[in-house]
Amino acid sequence: MTPIQSVLPAITPVLPEIVLSVGALLLVLWGAWRGERSAESTNLGALGLLIFTFFLVVSQTGTVTTLNGAFIADPFARVMKALILIGSAATILLSRDYFQRERIDRFEYPILIVLCTIGMMVMASANDLISLYLGLELQSLAAYVIAAFHRDDVKSTEAGLKYFVLGALSSGMLLYGSSLVYGFTGTVSFPGIVTALNGPASFGLVLGIVFVAAGVAFKLAAVPFHMWTPDVYEGSPTPVTAFFASAPKMAAMAMTVRVFIGAFPDVTAVWQQIIVFVSIASMALGSFAAIGQRNLKRLMAYSSIGNVGYALIGLAAGSEEGIRGVVIYMVIYLAMTLGAFAVLLSLRRKDRMFETIDDLSGLSRTHPWLAFSLAAMMFSLAGIPPLAGFFAKFYVFAAAIKADLVTLAVIGVVTSVVGAFYYLRLVKVMYFDEPKAPYERIPPGSAIVLAASSVVVVLFFLIPAPLVAAAGSAAKSLF
Amino acid sequence: MFGLGILSGLLIVPLAGAAFILTLGEETEAVKRNARWAALITTVVTFLLSLAAWARYDIASPSFQLVESHAWLAENIRFKLGVDGFSMPLILLTTFLMPFCIGASWLSVENRVKEYFVAFLVLETTMIGVFCALDLVLFYLFFEAGLIPMFLIIGIWGGKRRIYASFKFFLYTLLGSVLMLLAIMAMYWEAGTTDIPTLLAHRFPVGLQWWLWLAFFASFAVKMPMWPVHTWLPDAHVEAPTAGSVILAGILLKMGGYGFIRISLPMLPDASAEFAPLVFALSVIAIIFTSLTAMMQTDIKKLIAYSSVAHMGFVTLGLFTLNEQGIQGALFLMISHGIVSGALFLCVGVVYDRMHTREIAAYGGLVKRMPLYAAAMMVFTMANVGLPGTSGFVGEFLAMMGAFKANPTVAFFSVFGIILSAGYALWLYARVIYGKLEKPNLQGILDLDLREKIIIAPLVALTIWYGVHPAPVLDTFAPSTEALMQNMRTALANTQNAEAAAKAAKLAAAEKIAPENSQKIEAAAR
Repeated sequence: MTPIQSVLPAITPVLPEIVLSVGALLLVLWGAWRGERSAESTNLGALGLLIFTFFLVVSQTGTVTTLNGAFIADPFARVMKALILIGSAATILLSRDYFQRERIDRFEYPILIVLCTIGMMVMASANDLISLYLGLELQSLAAYVIAAFHRDDVKSTEAGLKYFVLGALSSGMLLYGSSLVYGFTGTVSFPGIVTALNGPASFGLVLGIVFVAAGVAFKLAAVPFHMWTPDVYEGSPTPVTAFFASAPKMAAMAMTVRVFIGAFPDVTAVWQQIIVFVSIASMALGSFAAIGQRNLKRLMAYSSIGNVGYALIGLAAGSEEGIRGVVIYMVIYLAMTLGAFAVLLSLRRKDRMFETIDDLSGLSRTHPWLAFSLAAMMFSLAGIPPLAGFFAKFYVFAAAIKADLVTLAVIGVVTSVVGAFYYLRLVKVMYFDEPKAPYERIPPGSAIVLAASSVVVVLFFLIPAPLVAAAGSAAKSLF
Repeated sequence: MFGLGILSGLLIVPLAGAAFILTLGEETEAVKRNARWAALITTVVTFLLSLAAWARYDIASPSFQLVESHAWLAENIRFKLGVDGFSMPLILLTTFLMPFCIGASWLSVENRVKEYFVAFLVLETTMIGVFCALDLVLFYLFFEAGLIPMFLIIGIWGGKRRIYASFKFFLYTLLGSVLMLLAIMAMYWEAGTTDIPTLLAHRFPVGLQWWLWLAFFASFAVKMPMWPVHTWLPDAHVEAPTAGSVILAGILLKMGGYGFIRISLPMLPDASAEFAPLVFALSVIAIIFTSLTAMMQTDIKKLIAYSSVAHMGFVTLGLFTLNEQGIQGALFLMISHGIVSGALFLCVGVVYDRMHTREIAAYGGLVKRMPLYAAAMMVFTMANVGLPGTSGFVGEFLAMMGAFKANPTVAFFSVFGIILSAGYALWLYARVIYGKLEKPNLQGILDLDLREKIIIAPLVALTIWYGVHPAPVLDTFAPSTEALMQNMRTALANTQNAEAAAKAAKLAAAEKIAPENSQKIEAAAR
């Protein structure tokens, strides 16, 4: 009789995902048993679960593959998972007050976030095309539901439907591309694909890579597959928008890096041009299209499109420095986005939420700290030193210069100046314009998120070394 | 203290003052008063600290002093500070001017006093940081970070078109600087470090220098500002509050010149020599064209702003003569212009506070009511013209002497700048100070009060003192300038040798001469 250890795959690397899954099921049971009264406790439970899993992820070390090579736990996966968990936990903190006000405070919401998180973590750890797709679908299904969570609101249901239809299309493209890759290499495993690919890429494989890239670009909300973003961002309940702009972006970027660096490192020439194009198009559209926006959620949508473009510069470099740049960019982007949404969720008076640029008018007079934090986020998004956003851009551009992608870098910095215009406009509205009636006190959840992200954004320049080192080791594990 | 040196102290003290002011509560009269005093004390302490740094500084040595280095982004991108003969005087100028700015804003800023002084103190830190950073990334960080407080100062406390001016200022300078960032990265990958002393000794390939020089030029030319990218300056100057204009003219404009002398000239000597004619052309155009523009202005501040552009033309002209007189003159002019233009803006602020207009036509005959003011203004106007005996003369004279040595034609055209500057400056003085005191609302205008006297008197004294005794400033610049010239000469000679050798090798290959012969030719070329 064989010992049980040799029959079952090693489960310790997958422990965080297992803990989350079991926890999510228990929370469902608890919610079903307690009914609507359980919203408070499921929120707390989900938050605790995410924080616990965060420490579980952080405590792991080394690089292990398991589940017949479908799952890999390496430093890169861990960093991305840590970011995903922070994004999800912060979203739960941001959501509570909003959902109570809108009277859609149900216990399913935090559970859906947890389920979504499991999917995202699987994406970050995927080591073959099947597990990648599995994680992606779990993440997407949960995301479609929470986009439409305000089910009596036309905009929210529209956002959910739109997201679902276009998301299904993109999943189809990804799947089609995966099948082509499988057909031309004979394997779905990333290391397997690498070994199968010796010699020039065949036409079918190139086609496969193009379709995979299209599917991935959709999930990243990169141009030309970005059309859903502004509508979904605007229509979804604001905390859900904050969620879409944070954690799933981390997962999508992790997935993109895994696919291109993990599976196709030897055909860089094929995908590099795609990434360069997507990156330039995203930066340009993100900067120019945002100029005309009045709604803050739409503005953040375009801002996120632009930011994905900058992060992709690092991937386009295709080097260890580039991936380090991507990781650093995502960390700082997460802090900036969560901070900006925390401010957005604080603009409320009685039962009304405010979400246009003009509602920020004179905020520096009525709520100086809120305005200061948002101004820091905006200068940081514009990439002005000494704020964290500068260092995010610094590392990706440095990688691009090293990889001789000078044109890409020059276009990148020029679009960042264009982007600075609309970020500055927010600062202008808050600081130069006349104040309006003050808003209510900032809700505690938002206050925690805002304080934490402001500290990261403003003081990052004092102690940058730990993050740079962590990102460096994450990048190293991929090469 | 805490493992930090005196230069870190210079960076921290203003920030600490800003943090203290932020902790003050709701804006009442008492809080406003406390904020003003706190800002004044902070800037004075910073100035005293910079004097302490000056006392420890060895004027005869060309090397970097008071160096401190802390771990930062990476092993070879460190938080490194230090000063030499180029940066020390500029740091002193910065810390010296700051208390005057605070004093000039004492009463004229009534709204959001706390934020105003916080912005100024943060700005002071970034300016000092630019001048003492010994790492290119750190330099860039401070160079750009200064945009944020200045943007707020122009935008919140500025004049009618403040929003337009603040956006123009910010985006213009940002667009210039981002290219510099890419150049810094290229230098990093080429040399493996962004440590300035190491880079000063590094020889970049001539082809790469070309691109690097252009990228840095884009940034410094906008910051200087040089013609034709100077258009942000008049707008920013006109709309900024008085103290903002003083800082802009006095210190922010010097960052461009400092960048040239710290980075472009020593690190990219071949490209600098190659591009010198371009800089000459732009400088001469700036000197003549903006002087003519200045003459046609109806707004006092705008006139001084254009005259600043013209003076900065002398600075770039002097720097790129690539000889000792020219560079010394340019550096001296930077210091002198910092004091004189700052003082002129303060003088404009004095009448603006009383009459709330900057139109030249609204004034006339002030000498009757304000004799002290007229006297002070006379000194600064003369210094602006470059009259011997004032600090303005020394710099312009040396710069033109250098220019004559480098290229007499350029020197010939630049002389027109002096004549024209006499034209617009004296005409301005005549229209504002002389004439009949006809305007009814000027009848009751008061002369300088005690606060204004305290602010203006030291500037008058310095303007004249440096005019008759420029040696202290020039002696500080001298060792560093000599080292720079030495460095550049060897670099240019090396390049010439290499070119000659390459030519000889080509010749040898063409004529199929044996390698021994080609070495002979190479030796002959040396």
